[in-house]
Amino acid sequence: MKPDDSRITTIEVLYFARLREAFGCDSEQVAVPESVKDVAGLTAWLRQRGAAWAHELAPGKPVLIAVNEDMAGADTPIRSGDTVAFMPPVTGG
Amino acid sequence: MSVRVQTGDFDIGVEIAAMRRGNPKIGAVASFIGVVRDLNEGDRVAAMTLEHYPGMTEKALEKIVTEARSRWSIYDALVIHRVGTLKPGDQIVLVVVTGAHRGEAFDACEFLMDYLKTRAPFWKKETTSEGSRWVEARESDDAAADRWS
Repeated sequence: MKPDDSRITTIEVLYFARLREAFGCDSEQVAVPESVKDVAGLTAWLRQRGAAWAHELAPGKPVLIAVNEDMAGADTPIRSGDTVAFMPPVTGG
Repeated sequence: MSVRVQTGDFDIGVEIAAMRRGNPKIGAVASFIGVVRDLNEGDRVAAMTLEHYPGMTEKALEKIVTEARSRWSIYDALVIHRVGTLKPGDQIVLVVVTGAHRGEAFDACEFLMDYLKTRAPFWKKETTSEGSRWVEARESDDAAADRWS
């Protein structure tokens, strides 16, 4: 019997600036359980890795999140194939 | 409307001349240039590197310009933001707004800068005598952007 791929959500995750350095990578493909349905769920799932993820994505830490290049909120839904970016507060200009 | 993210420098005279060409109805041109300072939080800044999110940056800037155009009756707006490594005295950002009268041009120009500073995905890293560090976001920038909501 083939594994049920529909139960896994594949997301491309990007990290910028301080977060890129803290995690030691600028992008990765993650396969999360289908119970991960929104930005808050993905953030909690990444936080469970511990170490830098638990520290940098701790509740209350100022982190901006974009889904498919649009600024998102905790309840923004995510679907397989989406690109989710984790970013420190911006400092341009 | 025009939005550009580039490593190279810009010339405000060239940009304004291009925006005014063939537009005799323009009665006001408001502009802002941001420049790298040589001192931040008491430390000498030797260089500053600007990182951004290619693709999203352009979209975010275009959204900000569209918002300005919906709020004020202006003719045109230009935003140029540099990325890469810059030195003290280098220009970082240019905003130019053209309109019929100064009031709307001034307001739209200030709004564009305030929104850019809190919504466009750019990050600055400074190299100082103490080493390299990411510049922290400032609450005063959030307060400046909140004035327009």
